[in-house]
Amino acid sequence: MNVELVIENWVKSNSRLLDLGCGDGSILRSLQKSKSVFGLGIEIDSKKIKSCLEKGIDVIEQNIDNGLSNFLDNSFDVVLVSQTIQVLKNPRLALKEITRIGQESFVIIPNFGHWRSRLTVLLKGKMPVTHSLPDQWYNTPNIHLCTLSDFESLCEELGILIKDKKTLNSKGSTKWYLSVWPNLLGNSVIYRISK
Amino acid sequence: MKDKNSSVGMVVPHKTEIESSLKLECGKNLEGYEIVYETYGQLNEDKSNAILVCHALSGNHHAAGFYEKNDKKAGWWDALIGPGKAINTDKFFVVSPNNLGGCHGTTGPSFINPKTGEIYGPDFPVLTVRDWTNSQAQLADHLEIDVWHAVAGGSLGGMQALDWSIAYPERVSKAAVIAAAPKLSAQNIAFNDVARQAITSDPDFQDGHYMKQNKSPKSGLRLARMVGHITYLSDESMKNKFGRNLKEDKLNFGFSAEFQVESYLRHKGDTFSETFDANTYLLMTKVLDYFDPADKYDGDLIKAFEPIKAKLLILSFSSDWRFSPSRSKEISNALIGANKRVSFIEVHSQLGHDSFLMPEKRYVEALRAFLGS
Repeated sequence: MNVELVIENWVKSNSRLLDLGCGDGSILRSLQKSKSVFGLGIEIDSKKIKSCLEKGIDVIEQNIDNGLSNFLDNSFDVVLVSQTIQVLKNPRLALKEITRIGQESFVIIPNFGHWRSRLTVLLKGKMPVTHSLPDQWYNTPNIHLCTLSDFESLCEELGILIKDKKTLNSKGSTKWYLSVWPNLLGNSVIYRISK
Repeated sequence: MKDKNSSVGMVVPHKTEIESSLKLECGKNLEGYEIVYETYGQLNEDKSNAILVCHALSGNHHAAGFYEKNDKKAGWWDALIGPGKAINTDKFFVVSPNNLGGCHGTTGPSFINPKTGEIYGPDFPVLTVRDWTNSQAQLADHLEIDVWHAVAGGSLGGMQALDWSIAYPERVSKAAVIAAAPKLSAQNIAFNDVARQAITSDPDFQDGHYMKQNKSPKSGLRLARMVGHITYLSDESMKNKFGRNLKEDKLNFGFSAEFQVESYLRHKGDTFSETFDANTYLLMTKVLDYFDPADKYDGDLIKAFEPIKAKLLILSFSSDWRFSPSRSKEISNALIGANKRVSFIEVHSQLGHDSFLMPEKRYVEALRAFLGS
């Protein structure tokens, strides 16, 4: 099962969905088709914003690092945060804001604890460059990488409930064996969380 | 006839008589009026491709194309309206009226008041954006257009687009609200009042009855326009365009126009005072001052937006200080709060408030994508 299918299974029909870092709007568009969601995207990249508009996806140009105070408490059924938390200046504050705005949130993060990353650091003594983390240390947008275990500790500290999680491989698919040792085997994980 | 590249070409204004009475927000009734408008493109069979374009403070119905082959200037939104342009006339039928109270053919202060047989002058009713929306709806009825594919405008025109989506939710599919604000700030009103004072203190103003005396408060209108024009530009764009450049290469130690920016503004003021009516200018600035859809809801913009069914694009420009991006965000945030369909964009531009008239690439692309051009 790929990550899009996981999201589709978790989202209820006709939900109000806020996609933080919505990219070109393709996830929102497919969820509009499959689940008739009322979707809104937040994006900062002008080319991606243009793609959203061309698809008829509603999009707000906004830098998440400048805050999300323009969104009311519990104003969305779901806040989707795909591969975005790790590029933010203040992931801790962002996580608090996300769970304030959404009844529940789906958060996808790359796992820095994956065995390939661990081996690269251990054997080569270099920052890992992998499928899900393809950039060099000096030009990566991922300024706040964490392992699954780190992320789960932060959730606990903030009183955020992890209702479900699916471990994904490098192709973004779930496999039964990944859940044996997610923090070592998972390339990335999608969490279903709420306050 | 497309005699200029990607232009709607030669255009002819239309005039129609609206016979039904129009109840105005001030409490008065207007028993019929004339409205002038232009159209570009073809209305399709099911009348589903019509776009209403609303003009700003000093605009009129001439939004695109040319009147004569040798016209130096095209309509005010020619950069965006035309074949293949952001408002694509190959696909859409564009309607651009001159607003009520105007001075380019639609009933306004220079018309004869049927009740007195004399020129209205200062007695023409002070209007609101809602009055305009209602009169434009009567024009839509006349054109048998039930639903606009979109209503679009910049500045005061953007306020009309926003008001359309509130007042006639069933009749607007999309609204493009460009370089606008949900209401004027104290600073905005202050600038408008300086403009009004410039006009009313001109000895030729004659308490607004200047037409009866064959006079025109041109120097007041000229000053009003000069002040207004400064607020349409940015510090950056004035620096780039004029800097401190002199007309001659030395200082004259006198009070004539020495800096290029002075002669530019004076020229703009002169031209404007020849072609615009002072009472109309007073009226239009009041329309701006009064605009505040949240006023009926204790200032709650979210409540004011409750009836909206259209999909909105709120577009702002980084260097616009008259209606800055933060004013557009107020609109956008209230729409988000009211669970409405909205997109918000801040286009980087150095051209100030007037950016909405220019074909900045990102602006054109966003508007085109939003409208489905």
